[in-house]
Amino acid sequence: MEPTVFVPTDLYVMLSAVMFVMGAMGVLLRRNAIIIFMSVELMLNSANLALVAFARQWGQVDGQVFVFFVMTVAAAEVAVGLALIVAIFRARKSINIDEMHEMKG
Amino acid sequence: MDFQTVDWAASLLAILPEILLTILAVVVLALDAIWPESRRRKLGVITALALFGIALIMLIFSAPPEGELADQLLLGGMIRYDILTQIFRTMVLIASALTCLISVDFARLGRRGEYYALIIIATIGASLMSASADLIMAFVALETTSISLYMLAGFLRGDERSAESGLKYFLFGAFASAIMLYGLSLLYGFTGQTNIYLLAEGLTSGRIGDLPVLVAMIMIAVGFGFKVSVVPFHFWTPDVYEGAPTPITAYISVASKAASFALLMRFFMAVFPSYDAVWVQMLAVSSALTMTLGNVLALAQKNIKRMLAYSSIAQAGYALMGVVAISAQNGAGMAAVTFYMFMYTLTNLGAFGVVVLTSRATGSEAIADMAGLSRRSPALALAMTVPLLSLGGIPPAAGFFGKFFLFNAAVDANFVWLALVGVINAIVALYYYLMVVKVMYVDRSADEEKPIAISASYRWALALSAFGILFLGVIASPVYNWALEAGRGLLF
Repeated sequence: MEPTVFVPTDLYVMLSAVMFVMGAMGVLLRRNAIIIFMSVELMLNSANLALVAFARQWGQVDGQVFVFFVMTVAAAEVAVGLALIVAIFRARKSINIDEMHEMKG
Repeated sequence: MDFQTVDWAASLLAILPEILLTILAVVVLALDAIWPESRRRKLGVITALALFGIALIMLIFSAPPEGELADQLLLGGMIRYDILTQIFRTMVLIASALTCLISVDFARLGRRGEYYALIIIATIGASLMSASADLIMAFVALETTSISLYMLAGFLRGDERSAESGLKYFLFGAFASAIMLYGLSLLYGFTGQTNIYLLAEGLTSGRIGDLPVLVAMIMIAVGFGFKVSVVPFHFWTPDVYEGAPTPITAYISVASKAASFALLMRFFMAVFPSYDAVWVQMLAVSSALTMTLGNVLALAQKNIKRMLAYSSIAQAGYALMGVVAISAQNGAGMAAVTFYMFMYTLTNLGAFGVVVLTSRATGSEAIADMAGLSRRSPALALAMTVPLLSLGGIPPAAGFFGKFFLFNAAVDANFVWLALVGVINAIVALYYYLMVVKVMYVDRSADEEKPIAISASYRWALALSAFGILFLGVIASPVYNWALEAGRGLLF
C-alpha cells in the first residue's frame, strides 16, 4: 500500500535538531548523573532519527545500518555508565555531580 | 572508485592484528578462570609478550598493499590499510604491551584477567581507529576504545577517586561522542555516503551550502578535541588522570590520544580538503591556547600525576601544530605528528611506570615525596629523568627531534607565530620538568636508606622506554622516514 502522506525529510531533521538541543541543554543544566546520562541518550537518538530520515531520502540502507551500530554502542554505554553510577552512589550516597570534587587543582 | 568487491586474502591480512588481539582477549579471560590465584600474576607478562608478538607479526607478515587508494581500501571500504595505519598500530601495540608490564605490581586491581582483557579490547578499538575509512567504522572503533577505558578508569573497587574519575570520563566522553555522532549523521545526510573518501566529492558538488558543512565539521571537531584533550575540551583531563589507576592514565594519555590523532588527520584530510582555510586556522588557535594553558597550569601542580596530566594537555597542543602544518601539503606536518606521538608513547609510559613504583614505595603521589630518589634507587631516578628530558625537548632525548620536526613543519606552512608560541612554551615547560629532576637528585629525605625494589617486568618496561627515547633521540631518521612515507600516503 502506498503511503498517503509523505512527510518531507526537512521535518524529520528539524525534529532531530530539537531533540539534540534538548539533550545538550539537559547535559549542561542538570546536576543529577542519571538525568545527564538520559540526556546523552536523547542526543544519540536524535542522531539516529536524522540517520534514518536521511537513509530514506537517499533510498539506501547505509544510514539504517549505522543506526543499528549506534544502538548497540548505546546499549554498551548504558551498562558501563549505570555500573559507574552505582559505584559512586555506594561510596557517597549521592549522584549529584556538583558533589564530586575529590580531586582539585 | 571500485572497492566494493572484497579481496578476502588482502582483507583478512589487513585486520590480522585485530583478529589476533580478539583471540588473545579470549585466551586471557579463559586463563584467568582456569588458573589459581598464585599464577595469575603472570598474566600481565604473558599479555605483554603476546602484544609485542602481534606487533612483530604485523610488521613482518602483513605489509600494506602498494598502489592506489582503491587498492588500500579493504573490507568494502571500511578500512584503509596504509603506512599511516601500520605505524600507528605499532604505536598502540607497544603502548598496550608496556601498560601491561607496568600493571604487574599495581595493587588493588582485583580481577586481573578482566583488566588485561579490557586493555586488549581498548587496543583493538585504537588499532581500528587508525585504519578506519568509513563513518560507521570510525564511530564504532572510537566507542570500543572509549567504553573500555571508562571501565578501566573506574576499575579500582572501593576507591572513591577511581570511581569519580571513571564517571567523569564517561559523562564527558559520552557527551562528546553524541555531538560527534550528530555531525557524522549530517555528513551522511549531505552526501548519502559513509565512506570518507567518497564524502568529499559529495560535499564539493555544490548542492550543499557552506554553513551546514561547517556546522557538521565543528561538531566532529568537538568530538576529536575531547579525545585528544585540547582547549577548550580539556577540563576532564586532570581529574580523570589523577583518579584512574596509574597504568591506565598512561594508556589513556598515549594510545587513545595517538589513535585519535591518526583518525583526526585522516578524517580532515579526506573529508574537508576544500574547507582547510577554516579548520587550519581553528586548529592553530586551539593549538596555541592548548600548549599555553597546559604549561601554565602544570607549573603549580604538587601531584605528579596531575602535573603529567597538564603536561599531556600541553603535549597535545604541540602535536596539533603538526596537524595545522598539513596545509603545506608536503606530508611533513603529518610526519612530524606521527614521529611526535611515537616518541611520546615511549616517553610517557616510562614516566608513569616510575610513578607506579615510587607511589607504591612512598604511599604518596606528591612530587615532594620523590625527594632522595636518586639515593634510594639510582636506576629509577635515571628512568624518570630520561622521559622528563624528552618531554622538555632536551637532546639527546627523542623529544628534541619531536619538537624540532613540529616547529619546522609549522614554519614551512607559514605559521611562524605558532612556532614561536611553541618555542616559548617549551622553555616555560622546562621549569616544571627540571623541578622534578631537582627534587629527585638534590632534595634530601628521611627514607634514603630504604632502597626501592624493582621487579623484572618493570625493569624491562623502563629500560625499553629509556633506550627507545635515547635511540630515537640519536638516530631519528628511520622512524621519521617511515612517518614521512605515511604522511605522503595521505596526500593524493
